[in-house]
Amino acid sequence: MIPSAELRAARARLLSRRWFLQDCGVGMAGLALSSLLARDAQAKAPANPLAVRAPHFKPKAKRVIYMFMAGAPSHLELFDHKPELQKRDGQLPPAELLKDYRAAFINPNSALLGPKYNFAPHGQSGIPFSELIPNIASIADDLCVIRSMQTEAVNHAPGQIMMNTGSQQFGRPSFGSWTLYGLGSESEKLPGYVVLTSAKGTSGGASNYGCGFLPTVYGGIPFRGTGDPVLYLSNPAGFDARAQRASLDTLNELNELARVDTGDPEVAARIQSYEMAYQLQTSAPELMDLSSEPAHVLEAYGITDVKQSNYARNCLLARRLIERGVRFVQLFHEAWDQHGDLTKAIKKNCEDTDRASAALVKDLKQRGLLDDTLVVWGGEFGRTPMVQGGNDGRDHHNRCFTMWLAGGGLKKGHVHGETDELGFNVVRDPVHVHDLNATLLHLLGLEHTQLTYRFQGRDFRLTDVHGHVVNDIIA
Amino acid sequence: MTVPPRPPSHPAITAGVVLALLLGVHAKATVDFTREVQPIIAEHCFHCHGPDDKDRKAGYRIDLRDPALKGGRSDLPGIVPGKPEASEIIARIFSADSEEVMPPPKENKKLTAAQKETLKRWVQEGAPYAQHWAFVPPAKSPLPASTAANPTAAPNAIDAFVAAGLRAANLSPSAPADPAVLCRRIHLDLIGLPPSPKEVAEFVAGAAASGLPAAVESLSRRLMSDPRFGERWARVWLDVARYADSNGFEKDLPREQWAWRDWVINAFNRDQPYDQFIIDQLAGDLIPGATQDQIIATGFLRNGMVNEEGAIIPEQFRIEGMFDRMDCVGKAVMGLSLQCAQCHTHKFDPITHDEYFGLYGFLNNTYEAQSWVRTPEQRQELDRLHSDLRGVDERSKKALTEWREQLSAWEAGIVDRRIKWTPLEPYELASTSGLNHPVQLPDKSILTLGHPTTRGDIFVLAKPELNGVTGLQLEALTHGDLEFGGPGRSKYGTWALSELEVSTQAPDSDKWEKVALRHATADFAEAVRGLEEEWKAGFDKERKRIVGPADFMIDGSNDTAWRADRGPGRRNSPSVAVVQFVEPLNLPAGTKLKVLLRMHHSGDDNGRHNTALGCCRISLTNASAPKAEPVDYGAVLALSTPADQRTEEQRTTIFRAWRANFSEAKKFNAEAEVLWKKYPGAATSVLHLAERDRVQTRPTRLLDRGSWDKPRHEVPPHVPAALNPWPEGAPKDRLQFARWLVSPQSPLAARVAVNRVWQAVFGTGLVETPEDFGTRTPVPEHHQLLDWLAVDFMANCWSHKHLLRTIISSRTYQQTSAGAPALLERDPANRLLARGPRFRGEAEVVRDTALSIAGLLHPKVGGPSIFPPVPENVLAYNYVRPTYWNPPQDAERYRRSLYLFRKRSMPDPMLSAFDAPNGDFACARRPRSNTPLAALTSLNEPVFVEAAQALALRIWREGGSTDESRADYAYRLCTSRGARPAEIAALRRLLDDKRARIRSGELQANEIAFSSLTKISDLPSDATPADLAAWAIVARVLLNLDETLTKS
Repeated sequence: MIPSAELRAARARLLSRRWFLQDCGVGMAGLALSSLLARDAQAKAPANPLAVRAPHFKPKAKRVIYMFMAGAPSHLELFDHKPELQKRDGQLPPAELLKDYRAAFINPNSALLGPKYNFAPHGQSGIPFSELIPNIASIADDLCVIRSMQTEAVNHAPGQIMMNTGSQQFGRPSFGSWTLYGLGSESEKLPGYVVLTSAKGTSGGASNYGCGFLPTVYGGIPFRGTGDPVLYLSNPAGFDARAQRASLDTLNELNELARVDTGDPEVAARIQSYEMAYQLQTSAPELMDLSSEPAHVLEAYGITDVKQSNYARNCLLARRLIERGVRFVQLFHEAWDQHGDLTKAIKKNCEDTDRASAALVKDLKQRGLLDDTLVVWGGEFGRTPMVQGGNDGRDHHNRCFTMWLAGGGLKKGHVHGETDELGFNVVRDPVHVHDLNATLLHLLGLEHTQLTYRFQGRDFRLTDVHGHVVNDIIA
Repeated sequence: MTVPPRPPSHPAITAGVVLALLLGVHAKATVDFTREVQPIIAEHCFHCHGPDDKDRKAGYRIDLRDPALKGGRSDLPGIVPGKPEASEIIARIFSADSEEVMPPPKENKKLTAAQKETLKRWVQEGAPYAQHWAFVPPAKSPLPASTAANPTAAPNAIDAFVAAGLRAANLSPSAPADPAVLCRRIHLDLIGLPPSPKEVAEFVAGAAASGLPAAVESLSRRLMSDPRFGERWARVWLDVARYADSNGFEKDLPREQWAWRDWVINAFNRDQPYDQFIIDQLAGDLIPGATQDQIIATGFLRNGMVNEEGAIIPEQFRIEGMFDRMDCVGKAVMGLSLQCAQCHTHKFDPITHDEYFGLYGFLNNTYEAQSWVRTPEQRQELDRLHSDLRGVDERSKKALTEWREQLSAWEAGIVDRRIKWTPLEPYELASTSGLNHPVQLPDKSILTLGHPTTRGDIFVLAKPELNGVTGLQLEALTHGDLEFGGPGRSKYGTWALSELEVSTQAPDSDKWEKVALRHATADFAEAVRGLEEEWKAGFDKERKRIVGPADFMIDGSNDTAWRADRGPGRRNSPSVAVVQFVEPLNLPAGTKLKVLLRMHHSGDDNGRHNTALGCCRISLTNASAPKAEPVDYGAVLALSTPADQRTEEQRTTIFRAWRANFSEAKKFNAEAEVLWKKYPGAATSVLHLAERDRVQTRPTRLLDRGSWDKPRHEVPPHVPAALNPWPEGAPKDRLQFARWLVSPQSPLAARVAVNRVWQAVFGTGLVETPEDFGTRTPVPEHHQLLDWLAVDFMANCWSHKHLLRTIISSRTYQQTSAGAPALLERDPANRLLARGPRFRGEAEVVRDTALSIAGLLHPKVGGPSIFPPVPENVLAYNYVRPTYWNPPQDAERYRRSLYLFRKRSMPDPMLSAFDAPNGDFACARRPRSNTPLAALTSLNEPVFVEAAQALALRIWREGGSTDESRADYAYRLCTSRGARPAEIAALRRLLDDKRARIRSGELQANEIAFSSLTKISDLPSDATPADLAAWAIVARVLLNLDETLTKS
């Protein structure tokens, strides 16, 4: 028996309650646990599902901030400078390029569209960036830019699910969930995987940060910019903190009677969950309250109103979450789907995101957090070098796109991979989504082929049966 | 939950070993292949030496005895029975050489010393093989006899098997649960709701008077005939059937599928035999004389997700939907991880890649259909209408004595005037926006599925090489994949065509020349009218758009459209229009012809009000002055079937079309029109599968690596060789497949069904992985019990109620769940069943329990889903905000959780906090977590808060007149038992403290006692808001008691 990880998980679940009794009993005033503790003393239980776990090998990074630019930003307007594309603006693409090629909306045999913005090299590294992202450009020497990203998906929902879960089919755990499952959470008062959202809802929906078939505790928890930061965090109308505390004290007292009565360790776990809920009622609002942040920090992120929920605020919140031990923070900004109105809309998107994205990296660096934090910025695919519609739009393109990374264990001021002169195909060092994920896990000290979970009789991985660590981007 | 430690660090322990540990017995003298060997080789060897011949290493296969003995490509025999020293596998597993040793170190599947010894002993003992336990049909073994240690003879098979296990483990069963606890447990298991204090008292009294067994029997009988039984058990099936109320993916549009849910509720309530239950859901439509219910049942296979994102290729996502169906059938019915054979031969189970597509083939020849669902009254009305229409036919035939001759002359005229049309065969077929990718079918019709475009076009580019082209014909055709058969894509299957444009491009030119069109005729068009309210759109604020005759297609205005909606009952039928070219058109070789169909007459609500044309065929002619016959086009098409081969339906269509054009039949036609106007509405509709027309048969091809765009060889429908045989001579169709799945010979069907019920009752299945009974699933501890129950289930008409009666009447079920410390220590997961089940209720049970205790629960059974209140910050964060999300402000708000609308991309916050799945895929087993988010939900979610307030009121009204009596009553409501002194004391302290704070003005009583939905005037005359507020605070605590949330 015990054939699978799933079942071992079930066992461990039970044992975790013993862990609670052993390790958390002290904090729970008034609980008479001694008799149970004595009995459980011999149990060398591994624990709480969120307990910190050693990685497979020494990690370069301990946590992740993943800025997911949903909708698919144009690599051609932002990161991948293609003067030749400019020259051939209005011409048809070479026929050989289009063999077996599929865009989403357009007939691939559409005119090429020159980049809408100018590029210039930046920093010591001289990496060219578009004029749209001066702030990201200003941290060029801290960035590791991958210009050769590839994916299979050409539609948004499957593409986003692919990026975030390694599969186009729904139901797989997200990268954040795998990370939490592999490493546990260092935060006692906040969830280990927090999601922050701006702009509109994503195509992939909640499955982008879901736990898939992993246990519920590994799923991403959205912290919301308006209303309760965590759902149902506020007590009902008329309750003050004292009434809540008194209610929970009574609840704990009554539940403890039941625990003694039934001997069910599950009751102890339930008592703990209410205590954690109570802590969250303090810690979440404290986290979201930016009033203690100095003016120069707010200024750096471009935050003018600390109450206004937007991408900039989310970037600062990401840093605050990381500081509080949160393992994985994921920002979703769904705004980049420029089939038309490219020139104006992408400019607006950059105005919304450039400054804060760069400020976050600088802030982490200044606080010494960047060295062991992985920062990831990118979307689900790229945009076609060919025009869509009149002369101001680009379609979905999965042959190449750009992402940038920074922090823990990565080369700095580095460009990996190269696309052809039109920004159509990768010509050097392709990096598939699975390769990226394998590499990110590697930086976290996890061997992607070994981070498995058995479900339906099969050992699932974030990288399915694929993925190679991209050693060239590791410092 | 916790970390399932990473596999390499925890070599699998075999079933036998654990069983031995649990039972406290020593390993048996002879090695048991199924229990001890197979788990080792399945875990450690099958991946490279199992059924999959593609990746098989060294040509060696170990899952079957013959090849295992023979050995691989090396000449060495793999196994020499009785001679471990001569057996290569033994040499390899014991090898110290890292190059030689098996499994290879890089696989991280190291064998323990004990496992190696087991394999060695097994070879020594002759290396006997046995079929995997779950592939051998279950058989009833004799019940173990009771012994002196357990003097009371076991009256129930469950008890007999469990007692034998306990004896072997030197354990005794726990005492019977307190009758009140048992009463609550039975209620929760059978109807998913706790009993009222009165029901508990009656049960306890009944047990005292006529004995516990009689009381249990009578309670079970009563609850099983309660309609809430079906509601509770439907939820179990809905999980594995991945039920949801939205389509998923980016658009995640709402769907109507609750008729299928109602069908499931009814199926459980009438205790439909499980085999029939499955057959109806897989192939109800193919059962001769299929009823509406049987069509609804096939909605099961359509519960999966539907992608409607812009620019998708519909076939890609149809195939993903097929994979999802396979996964669902695998988990729900077969207990096999079929998904593993989607891309290659299964690594562990005997399902080859071809066999996967063999199974797939049974489901593949289908339309993704939608049909109306009518109430019995509406169905009667409809039957009456059709019979009245037939009456008109009969009377008109009698009156028009010459009708036969006249009809055949009319028919001859039509055939005579028939002109030759050449269908366009496009070299490019697309939509200008790119949102749609239409395809051409073998009959040259053009089918558009996928994105529900509300303002767009499709265009056809062809090089028809025809001279003297005089006109173009557009046929709007029905198709099984369209809503109600189409021809349109609207929620009624209707359509509107705003403009039709034709242009040409000469071979040597890059300029498109517009072709002048004139004189559009159609078989039918509506009278000129403005668009109905439901199609209103933001881009047409002045409401300029109108519909009417075919000429509207060629008048150069997008505001006008040809529409041929014949009204309910006749709208899902074909239409035709013909337009003439002002100048005959010569199309020499290389000339490109473009036909553009513009559709601007939809409403714009994110695609919900799309009215695009779904299926059409475009043809050219050079006959002079072509026109559409003013004859119902359905009849014209029917005429192409030779008269002696026409169906009754075709004959009727033809007759009615003739009569409609026959001036002397005016009176009858008018009568018929009056009848059609009375066509009854429908309660709802359902998505289901329907078999494809014979002319549109879809063969199945194996998909290389499971890629939708890499079809390989054709695979005929067939079933895996390792499972029960296909009945000789039976047709290879979906109906027979469904029957095969639940055939009494199936080794899996009954076991999987029984195990699902067991899991729902005991919290864990007899097989802990209900979705996977494959080779890596060890022999369960209670294998004989599972098999006994499976056989008994089949022998008793596959009756769920019979199975539940057997379980509930067992002493095993009725034990107390409070475990003595030693027992908890010995068997923490309760695998040996020495105590009763105890676990937190499922999400739905948690919410329903609160509503029920509060007296709020709405008793209505069935019907559409309701929208629970969801925080604004959740609603706003959707790809498209659901404009239809209107939570009821009346009692419907408190319907059972089964009826909460499930929007896939926005999982219900309350339900998901308590581990409910969101329906993205089949879920055979929910996790059970304890998170702070769940705690916050049951403390603060508005419906729970409203329940606490209502409970306070109920306690006040019904709980006597003292704090003590009220506290006691509150406990009885929540936990089915009275409060103990310590509990009363704790509640009183809370009450006193809160009352004091309310009196002092620190807390506002009205805020606490009332919600926006309740009023101070609801207050009983003997209560103050302060009284109620204090009790509301207490009630909130009580709703969160572990005992309230838990089945004990």
